[in-house]
Amino acid sequence: MIRVGVVGLGKMGLSHLSMFNAHPEVEVAGICDSAGYMLGVLNKYTGLKTYADMGAMLDDAELDAVVISTPSSMHAPMVRTALERGVSVFCEKPFCLDPADSAALTALAEEKGLVTQVGYHYRFVGAFAEVKRLLDLGAIGRVTHVLAEAYGPVVLKPQGSTWRTKKALGGGSLYDYAAHPLNLVNWYLGEAERAGGSVLNPVFSRETDDEVFSTLFFDPATPGGAPVTAQLSVNWSDESQRKMTTKVTIWGTEGRISADRQEVQVFLRDGAAVPDGYVPGWNVKYTTELTEEVWFYLRGEEYSAQVDTFVTRVIKGETEGVNNFAHAAATDRAIQLMVDDAAGVVRAPATGALAAPAGRTGRSLPGAVRSRVRSLLQKVGVAR
Amino acid sequence: MTTTTTEQVRMDRLLFGDNQFFGVNHMSEEKARAQAMKFQDISVVQSVLDDAYDEGVTTFMCTTHDRIALVADHVRANPERYPDMTFYPCMPYAHKYANAMTEDGPLGAIKRFLPDEGFLDAALRGSRSLATKDIEGIVTLLIDSEMKMFAGLRTPVIFLQNVVVDLLLGLGFNEAFKIFHDHVRARYGAEPGFITMNTPALLDVLDGLGIVNPIVCSNINKVGFRMSGGMEAYHRMLAEREFRAIAMSVFASGAIEPREAIEWVCAQPNIESIVFGASSRRNIAGTKALVDQYWVR
Repeated sequence: MIRVGVVGLGKMGLSHLSMFNAHPEVEVAGICDSAGYMLGVLNKYTGLKTYADMGAMLDDAELDAVVISTPSSMHAPMVRTALERGVSVFCEKPFCLDPADSAALTALAEEKGLVTQVGYHYRFVGAFAEVKRLLDLGAIGRVTHVLAEAYGPVVLKPQGSTWRTKKALGGGSLYDYAAHPLNLVNWYLGEAERAGGSVLNPVFSRETDDEVFSTLFFDPATPGGAPVTAQLSVNWSDESQRKMTTKVTIWGTEGRISADRQEVQVFLRDGAAVPDGYVPGWNVKYTTELTEEVWFYLRGEEYSAQVDTFVTRVIKGETEGVNNFAHAAATDRAIQLMVDDAAGVVRAPATGALAAPAGRTGRSLPGAVRSRVRSLLQKVGVAR
Repeated sequence: MTTTTTEQVRMDRLLFGDNQFFGVNHMSEEKARAQAMKFQDISVVQSVLDDAYDEGVTTFMCTTHDRIALVADHVRANPERYPDMTFYPCMPYAHKYANAMTEDGPLGAIKRFLPDEGFLDAALRGSRSLATKDIEGIVTLLIDSEMKMFAGLRTPVIFLQNVVVDLLLGLGFNEAFKIFHDHVRARYGAEPGFITMNTPALLDVLDGLGIVNPIVCSNINKVGFRMSGGMEAYHRMLAEREFRAIAMSVFASGAIEPREAIEWVCAQPNIESIVFGASSRRNIAGTKALVDQYWVR
C-alpha cells in the first residue's frame, strides 16, 4: 500500500484521482487544487483530505508519490519540489516546456533513486505496443520512414483566454496533441537528430498553434545510409474527428505497419521474418486481442494500465520503466527541435566554435541574437 | 427471465443501441468513419430505427445527443406509427457539454440546457447549489435539462452513462448515485439504470447505498472484453447477486461470431436484456432470430 497525493483537479487530474483512488494498493492521502470550490465538493462528498497547496500536503501527508496534473508551465517547479522531498512523481504530459528542466529533473530523480513517470498513455495502448514489439522483432526489416498523425476537434473557432491558449504556459496543439505521436516516434525510432520544414501554424487561435507539421531526421539504420525520417502531421481544429485520433504508419524494407487505437494492420513481404501469429501479406489485429484486462476501467484500458504500472514500480522501487522522465525528456527535446526549426533558430553543431549556448537542449534565442548568430554561421558556411 | 415485481419496469429482451449512428466503433476507426458518413442524414438513422421497430425491437437505448432530439420529435409527431416506441435515455452526453462550453461559455451552456419550467427556478436551484456545495441541486438540474428532449415520450428507464458512473465510482463520490436514483424515480416515475465497466465494484457501492435490485448495464461477453474485475467475478455476480443485468458489447465489437456470442450470453444466468447496435435490417433480424432461438428461459 502506498500513499499518494494528487495535485491539480482538472479533467486529467480528476480522472487520475478516480483511478488511483480505485487502486487496491493505493491510499489517496491528500488532494490539492487552486480552485477551492472543487476541493470543497470533493472533501464534502468523498472525505478525501484537501490541502491548499502541494507544499502543505508534502509537509503533512507522508506521501510515497505525488500525481501532478497542473498546467504544463507549472510542472518543472512542482516536480522539483516533490523530488527534493524524496517523493516519487507521476507527471502529466508534456513533461517540461524547457528541455533543460527535463534534463535536470531526470538527473535529480536518478540521484535520489525515485520512481518517475509521465502520462504518455499511448505507450500503454495495445495496438501501439504491438507496433513496438514488431519493430523490435525486425518484422518489417530496416525502417525507412514513419508518418505520425493526430487530428481532433479542440479549437474550432476563435476563443477566450485560458492557459491552453497561451504558448508560454504550454498551450497549443504542439504540447497537447503533437507530443503524443512524437512520443510514439521516439519510442519506435529513438531520438531525433534534427527537424526540418517545421510549421507551427494557428488556424483559429491567436497566440498558439492549431496545426503542426515537421520532418524529423534520425540516425541512418545503416552507417552512411540515408537518414530515417518521421513526418508529423497534427491538427486539433479538425471537426471531422469525433475525438482525438492518432495514427502511425511505418515503412520498412520488408513491409509496412499501420496502427491506431483500435487496430494494427501489417503487410509483410514474402521472405520477411514473419513473427508467430502473422502471415506474409496482410494481417489485422484488433484491440480486443491486444489489450490486457485492467482492474478498473475509466475511459480506456491504457489510462488504468499506466496508473497500475506506476503504482507497481513505486512499490518495487523500480526507477527504470516505460515513460520515465528520461523518455519524456527525449520528447521535450524533439519538441524543442521543432520549435527552433519553425522559428528559424540555427543550432551549431555541439563541437563547433560558434556553438549556440546550450546545444540542442537549449532555449530559443532572442530574435536579435538569433539573427547575429545566423549571419555569423552563414559567413563560415555552417548555415544557409 | 428474472421475475419482476409490479413496481418494476418490464424490460424487453432486446434493446436497440445507438453507437453505430454516431461514429463509435470499438474495433475500427475506418468502420466508425464509414458509419458516421452513412448516418449523417437523420432520415437514414430513422429508417434503421423503423426497421428495428418493425422487427419487434421497440426500445431505443440512446445517448442524449443533439440529433436524438430529431428522432424524439419524429416519434412524438407520429404516435400512430410507433405505439410501442420506448426510449431509455443515457446521460449525460459529455461531448454536448464540452462543445456548448466552447461555443457559449459556462453560463450560456447552462442556459441552453435549462428545463422548460423556467430559467428562474432552475437558476435558483443551480446558484444555491453552487454556493452551498450541495451537489444535489446541480445534478437534478442537469438531469432535467437532459430529459427535455424526451418530453411526452415513454422513458421508463433512465441511465447514467459509464464515463460518469465509473469516474464517480473511482472517486468514491457515492452519494451522487443516490441523488440520481431518487430524482429519476420521484420526478420521472422511471427506474434508474447505471452503465459501468466495473460491475462488481459498482454493485458493492449500490448495495451500501441501499439501492436494491438495480438495473446495471455492462459489457458481458464470452471473451471478457472490458469486464473489469475479471470474468470469474462476473460469473459469481450473475449467479449470486440481486441485480437486473443488461448485457452490452456481447459481440465484443465483432471479436466473437454472432451465433457463438448470443448462445453464450443467453446461457448466463440472470441476464434480463441484451443491448445491441446494427446498421441494417438484415443484421437486426439476424440478432433477433438468434436471441429467439437461444433465449429459452
